[in-house]
Amino acid sequence: MYHVILPFKLFKSNKLTIVAVLAVAVSVFTVIVVMTVMNGLTVDFIDKNHGFYSDCIVSTNSLVGFADYNDFLIMLRSQDYVQSATPVINAYGLVQSSNSGKSQALNLMGIDPANHFKTTNLAESLYYRKDNPQLALVPSYNSELPGCVIGIDLIEYRDEWGNYKQWAFLPRRSYEITCFPLSPRGTIVKTGTSIAANTKTYYQSDNSNTGLAKVDGTTVYLAFDEIQTLSGMNIEPKRTSAIFVKFKKGIGFDRGVERTTALWNFFVKNKGDSASLNLFKNVNVQDFKSYKRETIAPMEKERAMMLLLFLMVGVITIFIIFVIFYMIIGRKNKDIGILKSIGASGLGIMLVFLRYAVLIGIVGAIIGTAAALIFLDNMNDLEGWLYAKFGFQMWNREIYAIGEIPNKPGVALPVEVAVSAIIACLLGAAIPTIRAARQNCVDILRVNQI
Amino acid sequence: MTENNYILNCTNICKSYKMGATRLEVLKGVDLNVAKGEFIAVKGASGSGKSTLLHILGTLDTPDKGNVFYYGKDLNSFNGSKINEFRNKKIGFVFQFYHLLDELTVLQNVLLSPMVKSGTLGWLMKSNQAKKAAVKLLDDLGMSARIEHRPFQLSGGERQRVAIARALINEPDIILADEPTGNLDSETGNDILKVFEKLNAAGQTIIMVTHDDRIAQRASKIIKLVDGRIN
Repeated sequence: MYHVILPFKLFKSNKLTIVAVLAVAVSVFTVIVVMTVMNGLTVDFIDKNHGFYSDCIVSTNSLVGFADYNDFLIMLRSQDYVQSATPVINAYGLVQSSNSGKSQALNLMGIDPANHFKTTNLAESLYYRKDNPQLALVPSYNSELPGCVIGIDLIEYRDEWGNYKQWAFLPRRSYEITCFPLSPRGTIVKTGTSIAANTKTYYQSDNSNTGLAKVDGTTVYLAFDEIQTLSGMNIEPKRTSAIFVKFKKGIGFDRGVERTTALWNFFVKNKGDSASLNLFKNVNVQDFKSYKRETIAPMEKERAMMLLLFLMVGVITIFIIFVIFYMIIGRKNKDIGILKSIGASGLGIMLVFLRYAVLIGIVGAIIGTAAALIFLDNMNDLEGWLYAKFGFQMWNREIYAIGEIPNKPGVALPVEVAVSAIIACLLGAAIPTIRAARQNCVDILRVNQI
Repeated sequence: MTENNYILNCTNICKSYKMGATRLEVLKGVDLNVAKGEFIAVKGASGSGKSTLLHILGTLDTPDKGNVFYYGKDLNSFNGSKINEFRNKKIGFVFQFYHLLDELTVLQNVLLSPMVKSGTLGWLMKSNQAKKAAVKLLDDLGMSARIEHRPFQLSGGERQRVAIARALINEPDIILADEPTGNLDSETGNDILKVFEKLNAAGQTIIMVTHDDRIAQRASKIIKLVDGRIN
């Protein structure tokens, strides 16, 4: 029973306890806050990419594209694991704004609204046609005109709070888009000796705020058929750059990608000696993470690095607890001797100090977690106040596509960190505690007698 | 009297300590028989091995050579947990510097021994009974007004009374007292000795270590330790 009561007494009376509790609380606080922000940014970025690119992408990195996509789409849509699929063209073009006169080389994305909005979350990024995305490419001021959706960063600036100015009514803006068509063989189409260029004017029908800065700052969305014509992909055999596939619920990425790959291989095999066979050579079937690995991988690496750094924080916490316990047990030598003189076992002594360590861990973890949750809950307000008062912002919202700093830790992270802190306390206290249990009480009592 | 009749007896106890490069022989073959109800004073100069002998008798230390018997049972044959149990139930230590736990109240310090004896569940069942016994013991020792005080709030004599109460709470067979009055003024020391005398009169076996002749005279039997041997 003494090893139940004494830990509480030690906890209450020992001033070093405060140092140990603070060390644990600060570590827990730091890990929860930083991991919440880091995880939030990473998960948000991955989710946005997932929403934009769907689950699986059948694509080629060739600007020529691949042919017979309609046949493959029919096959795909008949599969029991496929929710929806849509063709997408990725091309480049010169875009000149009639308002500003500015010309820019931009990404052109050809979408088939009827299927695209069923396959991706692009509809959620629209402003004017959010509720009726099928009309995303139809200008509300004149439905006869060819429409285009403009990435929000191409037309509006983010303000200091990360918001965009949106007009109550869609402004009439036109864009002259020029593409250099490629033949199925990958050569630029020429008219005589001159390079052919397809130019057409499109009218803004909406803007898109996907939250992906690279997309919103470089992409103009056009109807699939329009861009197919502009880029020359309408030249027989008609081609597309990619097919986005959304799996049915419960179908994992790995399984879905595996089945799509098998289907693609079957499709290619059955094409036999088709003239467009050479266009299939560069086609890959990937999940969205692999497709966008050049942007997702660095963030995930950063997160892994962060985890590694926090493992170091854990090691430092263990070391701090070790040092503090070494000091505490050094000071409590006499008590150890007394306990042994009245028949306490080494295991009993160990239990006293290990329970004391657990108590430090629990209280430190509770304080650290509570402080972290309160801080996270008020972090954005605090940042707003700091910005209003001192002009300090964690991330300049005019530059970074971040709205609010992620501040939702969920349940698992605080629990995991708190439990880890308690384990760290136990590990830190283990060696001094074993040493305490092994101490010879005659030596201790004799020293304390001198 | 056979060795089985002695509450404690030891034969040929030798103990040495390493002091740097040399080895200091403290006890050089001590034989001692303690009968139940005796009040023995072990007397000797500083460094004569009195405390070492007391620690060996109380199983806090082990001899290099020789054996200690408790009612004829060789304590060397006891394993770790049995030794702890023996120390808890059969021996009560009283030290010169009281050795109370500063975090605990007087009552809690006294209850420490029964707590060590019981498991958590056992303690929950016996705690009321143990508390009553501790309060009575403290009352007998004139400490009833101080049970909620902490050791630092007590005088030296009061602390030693608490230490005696802690030693007695488990009703041990033997009290081992190491210079119990060494840190007290003569009047307070005399009070403590009176307590020992009273306990001995009630049948308690006491072995007390002292270097003071006058204090040793209060015991019923005096043993002199000279050069690691009983003189």
